[in-house]
Amino acid sequence: MDWLPPAASSYAADIDKIFYVILVVTGVVFVGVEATLLFFLFKYRGREGRKAAYIEGSNKAEVIWTVTPAIFILGLAFASHSVWPSVKNPDRFPSDALEFAVRAEQFEWNFTYPGADGVLGTGDDFTLRNQLHVPVDQPVVVRLEAVDVIHSFFIPAFRIKQDAVPGLSGQRLWFEATQTGEFELACAELCGLGHYRMRARVIVHTQDEFGRWVAEQG
Amino acid sequence: MATTEAAAQPRSQDHHGEMSFIRKYIFSTDHKVIGIQFLFTCLFFLAVGGLLAMMVRWQLGFPGQPMPGGGIMPDTMAPGGIVLPEFYNALVTMHATFMIFFAVMPLLVGVYANFLIPLKIGAPDMAFPRLNMMSFWIFVLSGVVMLVSLFVEGGAAAAGWTAYAPLSAVPDYTGVSTGQQLWIISIILFGASSLLGSVNYITTVVNMRAPGMTLFRMPLSIWSLFITAILALLAVPVLAGAVIMLLFDQTIGTTFFLPENGGRPLLWQHLFWFFGHPEVYILILPAMGIVSDILANGSRKPIFGYRSMVYALIAIAFLGWIVWGHHMFQSGMNPLLGASFMVSTMAIAIPSAIKVFNWLGTIWRGNLQFHTPMLNAIAFVALFTIGGLSGIFMASNTVDIFIHDTYFIVAHIHYVLFGGSLFGIFAAIYFWYPKMFGRMMNETWGKVHFALTFTFYNLVFFPMHILGMGGHMRRIYDPNEYEFLQRFQGMNKFISISAFLLFAVQVPFLINFFWSLFKGKKAPDNPWRDNGLEWTVPSPAPHGNFETAPTVYRGPYEFSSPDVEEDFLPQNVPLNGGGGRKVTGDR
Amino acid sequence: MNEATILSGGVRAEPGMRVYNQKLGMWVFLASEVMFFTSLIGAYIILRFGTDAWALPGIPLEEGGTPLAINLTAFNTFMLICSSVTMVKAFAAIQQGDQKNLRLFLSLTVLLGASFVGIQIVEYMALVREGFLPHCGEHLAALVPNCHLFGSTFYTMTGFHGAHVSIGVLCMIWVTVKAFRGGYTKEDHGGVEVIGLYWHFVDRWGWRWG
Repeated sequence: MDWLPPAASSYAADIDKIFYVILVVTGVVFVGVEATLLFFLFKYRGREGRKAAYIEGSNKAEVIWTVTPAIFILGLAFASHSVWPSVKNPDRFPSDALEFAVRAEQFEWNFTYPGADGVLGTGDDFTLRNQLHVPVDQPVVVRLEAVDVIHSFFIPAFRIKQDAVPGLSGQRLWFEATQTGEFELACAELCGLGHYRMRARVIVHTQDEFGRWVAEQG
Repeated sequence: MATTEAAAQPRSQDHHGEMSFIRKYIFSTDHKVIGIQFLFTCLFFLAVGGLLAMMVRWQLGFPGQPMPGGGIMPDTMAPGGIVLPEFYNALVTMHATFMIFFAVMPLLVGVYANFLIPLKIGAPDMAFPRLNMMSFWIFVLSGVVMLVSLFVEGGAAAAGWTAYAPLSAVPDYTGVSTGQQLWIISIILFGASSLLGSVNYITTVVNMRAPGMTLFRMPLSIWSLFITAILALLAVPVLAGAVIMLLFDQTIGTTFFLPENGGRPLLWQHLFWFFGHPEVYILILPAMGIVSDILANGSRKPIFGYRSMVYALIAIAFLGWIVWGHHMFQSGMNPLLGASFMVSTMAIAIPSAIKVFNWLGTIWRGNLQFHTPMLNAIAFVALFTIGGLSGIFMASNTVDIFIHDTYFIVAHIHYVLFGGSLFGIFAAIYFWYPKMFGRMMNETWGKVHFALTFTFYNLVFFPMHILGMGGHMRRIYDPNEYEFLQRFQGMNKFISISAFLLFAVQVPFLINFFWSLFKGKKAPDNPWRDNGLEWTVPSPAPHGNFETAPTVYRGPYEFSSPDVEEDFLPQNVPLNGGGGRKVTGDR
Repeated sequence: MNEATILSGGVRAEPGMRVYNQKLGMWVFLASEVMFFTSLIGAYIILRFGTDAWALPGIPLEEGGTPLAINLTAFNTFMLICSSVTMVKAFAAIQQGDQKNLRLFLSLTVLLGASFVGIQIVEYMALVREGFLPHCGEHLAALVPNCHLFGSTFYTMTGFHGAHVSIGVLCMIWVTVKAFRGGYTKEDHGGVEVIGLYWHFVDRWGWRWG
């Protein structure tokens, strides 16, 4: 199935796996419920002179269909929770990550790169508009800043989405691209009339290429 | 003390013969007239919301092309019929606003809480008939303000129905100022109307039930409307408080949500969703109750597990208060809260599952009568199941990282609010139409309308799941801006054409509705052979409802009882020593 | 809820709370009011405790305080509490059918409530004179920490509370006039009780953040 976009980050496959687990579980329930419904509609269609069975309910049935969903739900919650913190909990971000910064404003993304020394806030930093260049197989932490309204940093192929909230300091997200090539970054939170075109290119380089690219910018 | 005197108002008012037209139909205090007034008003707003959706769908299916007949649109909205991006944002915002606040919620709560509560519990009217009338007229005023906001300078509110600050709080960010302020004022008025309604419904249900109508003999429709009234009573004032702060931020320079001076944008989201999630249940619970009534009737069988249906309603209503954070998983809220909000959200699947299985249990071994209300009720079960299951995806904080703010959410909300609530509303309209107007709607056309609506509905909204899985963001004016979305252009076009057809096939419904007002078959007292108290009075129900207060002997779902020959047993018919007294029904 | 009494023939007595509609309606309405104020107070708590410095009364302006006089505020709150007591007295009086004391204590309640509103206006004027508005002036913003947040929350909360007291006073005047015309009796005095419920509610919220 290629319904989901290509999975091009380290945790994309984990997120997709949870998606498919839920899809299978809900799919089975969906087919089961709808098939039962259709079968009942056919089997118990009204006929003259017949009377329906007088059944007020069954405590046993109630217990079964309370406990069964509860078990599945707990399972799905546990499965989900195995991935969530590794994506979103700042304490568990990779420590060897390259740090970038992004300023989101109506309607553009400004990426600040650390330059050759690999450290933000030094003299060789440089800023590019609507272009995110990253090395492949290298964790990247992005510091998020919104200037005016809320924007949302969304790279579908990396399965990452994080709102950038004005006034909320220290917002960060991380990802590690696993495929070279070009991807798209979108704003996912309505941010005004240019929201639909608040788009940036994401270019994933090989590590060597990335080094050369940074040097060229300097 | 004035206790009992005040409660025991005269059972039927004698002066109804001489009321002027204005008192009787315009400023009426009769709960049935008010319900009918709500019905006409809300159907109008439903059409407005639908029309706005059509323009949204045109732009998505045929981006940048002039709308057919769009030449009449003003240049500030769609010059030459081509939708402008700022107008698109206003369309999205106002579609949701009209559908949620002015169509679905009042169709359920304004129309059916008003019409059904006194009739079904055996009361002559609401506890506070005059407040009830005020509630309706404030609602009209609020709707008019919202309509006017479409045409003011700068256009209507364009920050989404969720009105996230700071976008909504600073006019410069959207270019909309008056429109956003009118939106807020309209919502405040709406809140006042909703509050008056809730006070009325709760007091009436608690205090004015007929002798024998114990809580656990109330129909599930009344239970759900009662619980909904409590939810609205407690949730809507939170929204009112939040929008008032938003209005102050815009107009008198406060800084609740503006970060420049220390305010917090996320505070808005917490307040909004603390209201917003209970609101989602306000929009679906009454439909669940109504559908339960109609499924039991159509199956000629008692509702399966009545008590657990009541407990499930209460559980959903309770859980609705502690799950708001799942709207904010990606908002910058502390990610450690993700786990608890996920678990509480997923827990809602349990009572929802109980309800679905009990509906199946109700149909099981029934003697199914496929009248139009029943068909719509069955569709509710089928479609709500999809909406409920798709909710599990976004309850998972991990999967939500990807599908948040995509068309997957749009598909989900429409499976719940259209596939669920609106089909429930259609069921209710067909079912209680004879009691409202004394005539039957045409069954054949009802079935045609149902079949076409069901088909096109699914053609519109099911593919949206696939769009969402492809990462298609919501609320974007032109998806073709993105390379990865260009492959969906065909699907968007397909959805749009289906949406136009879905809109068009509501015409038979409207014709049927208005034609039957004058030309429909005269309705007997109890056309569906139901047990509820409302069917023991003439159609249409007279002013004051009951000549003498009815006495209730049993619950509302005694279909196919072994005690009587017929397959129904009204709540007010005494059985003498199990002797099988003959009950009569028309048809 | 009371479902216990079973009459003959399997019919149970009319259910419902043993409370008349107007009183129950007022309770239900007040539950809604609680939620409304909760949203305002919740916003205040989040904004106030999410930051370290706040403009406090009783500190000179130069040190980041406000011109609110603690004594005056306390006195005002005290008056509101007193008005609650007079309201209880008025209700107790009419329960005994004591028209004289009903009128006396209702009038006192009106007086105390109106004075509260008056003093609040005086306090507002003192604040405005120093430049405290929902949106502070620049000189003040430099002086007082989080001046804008203080202005936002202070005026919104006290403003809505004041509006509720004012509405209460208006209704109370109406009830008082009716009392002077002998509109309430020992048996029938629902109006006094219902307005009393509202009045106690408004007072409670008053001294919670007074």
